[in-house]
Amino acid sequence: MLNLVWPIFIIISFSYAIFSGNLQNLNSSIFDSVESAVNLSITMLGTMCLWSGIINVAVNTNIMKILNKMLKPIIKFLFPEIRENQKAQNEISMNMVANILGLGNASTPLGLKAMETLQKENKNKQELSNSMIMLIVMNTASIQIIPTTIIAIRSSLGSENPTSIIVPVWIATICAGIVGVTVTKLFIKYSKKRENK
Amino acid sequence: MIHIINFLSNLAMPLIILIIVIYGFIEKKEVFDKFIEGAKEGIKIVINIFPTLIGLFLAVGTLRSSGVLDIAIKLIEPLLHMMNFPTEIMPLALLRPISGSSSIAVATDIMKNFGVDSQIGIMAGVIMGATETTLYTIAVYSSSVKIKKTRFVLIASLTADAVGIITSVVICRLLS
Repeated sequence: MLNLVWPIFIIISFSYAIFSGNLQNLNSSIFDSVESAVNLSITMLGTMCLWSGIINVAVNTNIMKILNKMLKPIIKFLFPEIRENQKAQNEISMNMVANILGLGNASTPLGLKAMETLQKENKNKQELSNSMIMLIVMNTASIQIIPTTIIAIRSSLGSENPTSIIVPVWIATICAGIVGVTVTKLFIKYSKKRENK
Repeated sequence: MIHIINFLSNLAMPLIILIIVIYGFIEKKEVFDKFIEGAKEGIKIVINIFPTLIGLFLAVGTLRSSGVLDIAIKLIEPLLHMMNFPTEIMPLALLRPISGSSSIAVATDIMKNFGVDSQIGIMAGVIMGATETTLYTIAVYSSSVKIKKTRFVLIASLTADAVGIITSVVICRLLS
């Protein structure tokens, strides 16, 4: 994807700047850009290490188990087709817990494991099953309790209150999540009707 | 209302850290060792995205300074005005579902240009926090089980993204 987008961006902006005589701006922005990437990474390092450390403490306690238990009823509602499949339920719940805690690196492998388990139950192996679609929608909904990356960026840019976005993020995520789930449920209902006809 | 939201936002991170540390302490885990172990992972995350950030900051920065971004925004401006959507946010809204690292670059660029605590800057932050790189996630998950027929997953998750972005814009307008 980026192999296509990146060169196009560079070609368009560099050639436009050269032909429109905007060279001085272009030159200074080249160095500004790489400098701000360095600044961002250095300041981000602090927040990212802090949060990864704290989450690693959480992973080693019973907090994970408690969260898993709390998610059970939600998973039963979202994935009615796998009521009997304990393994799939556990994997999905682990994936959601990792998402909530912002463990990006851990959540993807867990989610892919769940996909594999769901594929075993899938009647049509060429097509995503209803449960798989719900799992993907849940993963694109970004349910995260602390949006670490963006807080790190805000603090690196000298925000007066980097964490002030947390509650607005929750509200927006919840709205997006509810709509995502509703739309998915509606599509599932509609496709069932069509099959029955 | 704004006070409550600010208070809860400020409370969230310290409270979660406190709960986790208390839990670890009560369960007699080696809290500090585990913390250090995890913090090392944090370094890896930042180092891994650093080269991407350099490349994308360059692309986004020059796109803006050359004037190309302004032209692109002007082209879609009438449409955005009709929907009462802030034009400054549009590049982010378009890139967000496609690429995580380039949307970080665009969001940072917006926050720097309009001020990190300005309405537009906060909007960019909330959008980043509330949405995901949808296309990437769909691609990774579907290809992991070698499925090409993805049915309605794209429509469902892009609808959710659109709602997330619109809600972010509305909330930030209400708050400021």
